[in-house]
Amino acid sequence: MGIVSPGFQGRPRSSASDLPPGQYLTEDFPVLSAGPTPRVPLDTWEFVLTSETGAEYRWSWDEMTGLPQDTPTVDLHCVTRWSKLGTTWQGVSLDTLLDGVDTTARYALAHSYGGYTTNLPLDDLRGGRAWVVHTYDGGPLPAEHGGPARLLVPHLYLWKSAKWVHGIRLLVDDRPGFWETAGYHDYGDPWREQRYQGD
Amino acid sequence: MWRVARLAERRVETPTAQTLVLDVPGWPGHLPGQHVDLRLTAEDGYQAARSYSLAGPADGEQIEVTVQRVPDGEVSPYLTDTYAEGDPIEVRGPVGGWFVWRTDETAPVLLVGGGSGVVPLMAMIRARRAAGSRTPFRLVYSVRTPDDVIYADELRRRARDDQGLDVAYVYTRAAPDGWRGEPHRIGLADVNSHGWPPDLEPLCYVCGPTGFVETVADLLVGLGHPTRRVRTERFGPTG
Ligand SMILES: Cc1cc2nc3c(=O)[nH]c(=O)nc-3n(C[C@H](O)[C@H](O)[C@H](O)COP(=O)(O)OP(=O)(O)OC[C@H]3O[C@@H](n4cnc5c(N)ncnc54)[C@H](O)[C@@H]3O)c2cc1C
Repeated sequence: MGIVSPGFQGRPRSSASDLPPGQYLTEDFPVLSAGPTPRVPLDTWEFVLTSETGAEYRWSWDEMTGLPQDTPTVDLHCVTRWSKLGTTWQGVSLDTLLDGVDTTARYALAHSYGGYTTNLPLDDLRGGRAWVVHTYDGGPLPAEHGGPARLLVPHLYLWKSAKWVHGIRLLVDDRPGFWETAGYHDYGDPWREQRYQGD
Repeated sequence: MWRVARLAERRVETPTAQTLVLDVPGWPGHLPGQHVDLRLTAEDGYQAARSYSLAGPADGEQIEVTVQRVPDGEVSPYLTDTYAEGDPIEVRGPVGGWFVWRTDETAPVLLVGGGSGVVPLMAMIRARRAAGSRTPFRLVYSVRTPDDVIYADELRRRARDDQGLDVAYVYTRAAPDGWRGEPHRIGLADVNSHGWPPDLEPLCYVCGPTGFVETVADLLVGLGHPTRRVRTERFGPTG
């Protein structure tokens, strides 16, 4: 327990046991990003997976939306402490995209239109836990939330779910991305409150 | 790492915004534009934390934040109404490495702030002054009414005394007497006439509520500013 601040009571609380530590519930959908919202036309949009040997696997918009689709319902946890529960999405599982990619890499660096990057262990993109999503709440994903397509890795803090995702590079050695270089945690597990380096 | 800070001084800025000066033993210093997390703990162990921009440049073991009271908020009303001199609070930071301005930068700077979004921009203006920098600065400050202008006196003084600093206001609800134009939300004309043309390659910093930041950043990109030179900080949820 921290140092008590006299007179602070906090908001009346109901049982929020499904929230990771330090998070509070929000009903709306806040936006957090480092710059302007990129607008990517669908006819030039592509998703590029690059293996550690430089082999490239590309999907156009039509190819991506033509793959088998998942409709995950997941909780989101942002490092700025809001959580949003039960969000519904549609997109392609990373298992589908990684199927047939020949790799022994252990790390992945996602990169976005606009230049943003974020790193994850490759295992965290597997096992039905990560998607490239293009539909939110039944409609096209709005640009401010990362449309036309974003990564969705709900078991990590939301900055790992790169908006405006353009591709993923597979790496033998871990390499910090944009926020990680700015002091945020390399892994970002909300349940262990891994917000900043050193947590 | 959470440090224990104590309130040293409180300054009323507007009817709803206050600056808190905190003593933070061991504070490592920071860059203008960075923020801290403040954490409160209740008697029963419940904790709440929120982010607040650092309002001034690094100054030993004291830091300043400016808090705008959000009606029905959990943390900001405590900070503005209850939190008393000498009381402990936990501080973490500095946080953020992108929305910062370094005093050795020479590119012209455009600052666009909405409401309490002016806070980290003011830290940059103060750092510029403290460093004797001559980098040209322009601030466009969008605010509801003249009474809501945070740092009003200091901004008036600096716009007069700090060479190369221009300050322009956009009023959204009520304008002061003698101000040209009608109250309105910030638009292309404001950003165009008070900003820098893209060919001067300015660094643009936009801070405020999400909708405001979204609007202004889109305008800047539309005017031809490369996205890499438009840095944004969004305060809180979509309204
Ligand atoms: C990087 C960063 C820097 C920030 N710097 C500052 C700063 O310098 N000064 C400052 O005053 N605030 C700043 N904020 C916002 C601050 O962190 C809190 O969100 C704000 O003080 C409200 O907290 P609360 O607990 O009082 O309200 P909450 O209990 O969190 O919210 C209560 C209600 O108010 C709404 N709300 C929450 N935040 C805002 C907001 N900012 N504007 C309008 N409505 C809101 C919520 O949707 C909710 O309905 C910053 C936020 C970030 C992410």
